[in-house]
Amino acid sequence: MSRVLNQIYYLQGGGNGLGHSKSQKIVFPLNIFKNKFKFTKIKMLQTKLCNLNLKNPTILASGILGVTKESVGRIGKSGAGAVTLKSLCHEERMGSKNPTMFGYENVFLNAVGLPGQGIDSAMKEFVRLDNLGVPVIGSIYGYRIEQFGDVAKKMASLRPAMIEVDISCPHMDYGKPYYADPESTAKVTQAVKQNAGKIPVSIKLSPNVYDIKEIAHAAEKAGADAITAINTATGMAIDVDARKPILANKTGGISGPALKPIAVRCVYEIYETVKIPIIGTGGITYGKDAVEMIMAGATAVGIGTGIYYRGIDVFKKVCDEMERWMKKNKVKNLDEIRGCAHG
Amino acid sequence: MDECCRTEIPKLLEVSDVVKEGKGQTSFFFEHHLDCKPGQFIMVWLPGFDEKPMAVSYLSKNKFAFTSQAIGKFTTALENVKKRDKLGIRGPYGNSFSIKSNACVVAGGVGLSSVSTLIDSLKNPILIYGARSKEHLIYLKRYKNKNMNITTDDGSFGRKGFTTDILEEVLSKNKKIKIVQTCGPEVMMKKILDICLKHKVECEASVERYMSCGFGICGKCMVNDKIVCIDGPIFNSKQLNQMSEFGNTARLKSGRKVSLKDYHLIHS
Repeated sequence: MSRVLNQIYYLQGGGNGLGHSKSQKIVFPLNIFKNKFKFTKIKMLQTKLCNLNLKNPTILASGILGVTKESVGRIGKSGAGAVTLKSLCHEERMGSKNPTMFGYENVFLNAVGLPGQGIDSAMKEFVRLDNLGVPVIGSIYGYRIEQFGDVAKKMASLRPAMIEVDISCPHMDYGKPYYADPESTAKVTQAVKQNAGKIPVSIKLSPNVYDIKEIAHAAEKAGADAITAINTATGMAIDVDARKPILANKTGGISGPALKPIAVRCVYEIYETVKIPIIGTGGITYGKDAVEMIMAGATAVGIGTGIYYRGIDVFKKVCDEMERWMKKNKVKNLDEIRGCAHG
Repeated sequence: MDECCRTEIPKLLEVSDVVKEGKGQTSFFFEHHLDCKPGQFIMVWLPGFDEKPMAVSYLSKNKFAFTSQAIGKFTTALENVKKRDKLGIRGPYGNSFSIKSNACVVAGGVGLSSVSTLIDSLKNPILIYGARSKEHLIYLKRYKNKNMNITTDDGSFGRKGFTTDILEEVLSKNKKIKIVQTCGPEVMMKKILDICLKHKVECEASVERYMSCGFGICGKCMVNDKIVCIDGPIFNSKQLNQMSEFGNTARLKSGRKVSLKDYHLIHS
């Protein structure tokens, strides 16, 4: 039945430029169906993440597109529940030389070297982030702890729906990395929280640590409102004909389906450690991957490299597949399955 | 579910021939089949150095080439690449030019290399080609049998002036022309678009931007809401007319928007 309604809905919404008078009579009863259908659709995938009400749990992960204002609008239209900007810091960075990314089989490797126009330039480009038609998450980082605070303050002035803190990008040499040390993680979290006002803050963790649970615990204790898990896992590929690493940066981060089991394990472990919500990110390509991540304990799911495999409309595809799975398995909403793999 | 096995990785190919095309322009040939349409591009990797997008400039059944003009560090480093050296190639990427009858092709400078496979695919197109001076002209031998209208800025070869002057004349005289297809400096292409709009002739232009991935995920090559590497590089009149950034601004590697002039200064 819903499929029929769906078709009616799309026929109606097709913008075929029909006249007003005659078709109006037909339109009215169909609109009731349309609203009914929309209502069930919203209810099934609707996700509450901190104080955000997302139409669905799919979020564009940081680092894929998300550089320009117009790309945010385009991804919003393609069905994402929220969009995370590419990470910004206190200064402009050109990033690494190419090749910065490539894929083979189910592995994707990248080392872009955190290029970005810098928060000051981004403030001029975006002006504000709360009127782009989709909730926008501002991703930030700094080199020193106080810079995290400064960038957070500027980002907060743009009114993002959430601030995500990249303490985990494996491509930069901070000296002792923040992501690998619970104490540093806590300090960065506090610095951002002090400058973010009421905007919720999520700390993005790296899988390249001995124990991700203690890092997540430190972030929660320092006031984090959510955890984004995970960033890429470090990796490398050497071209045997060239006898050289392919990435200009030599090493990079692994994403794509190959990252998923690591991400699911991390989210599973973090869910048992903290009470704050988790944005499960890593290798989500199909609806079933998203369901799996939610069963591990994720509240929402990040999708990045999925665009490479399935196009910008991967968000709509994943949502449709999730819905289909839910209907088949008689699951009414995502709360029913969240964390169900535990215990 | 084979979508999750997509492979986009440079493949090392031996350079089968190196041909000097003009002052600073060089073509690198590969004896390899490339399934490519006119206007598409490849990513060329100089191992251990850098990787850049390049238009496919020669295409036959088992051979292809790209033509590079030594401007920046990468293209200058390519000058040292010799026959039998290996370069990493991936692609082709992007969309392609339309193949229509009664076409007029306008090229500026090394932009001719981006429309050369188009010219080879068209039946008797009208050709307009301009460069700064005689020594910057390429493919003169290749197209000696084609009726090419050549201009140079300094008048050292062909007619003194610009390609846009000739296009204006051609479109005024020849009402049969259905489409103008172009590649060259963006300021020139913007003028060509304006001339085409005035004469109500369809226009297609090949747009260049800084690229990292070539397959639509890094977000660096955006022009307004268009991703040049997957939505383009060929855009039609309607799209170009809606792009406020076309002919005006471009983004640096960092994502910051600057004037086209600054973009070329910083990225060359």
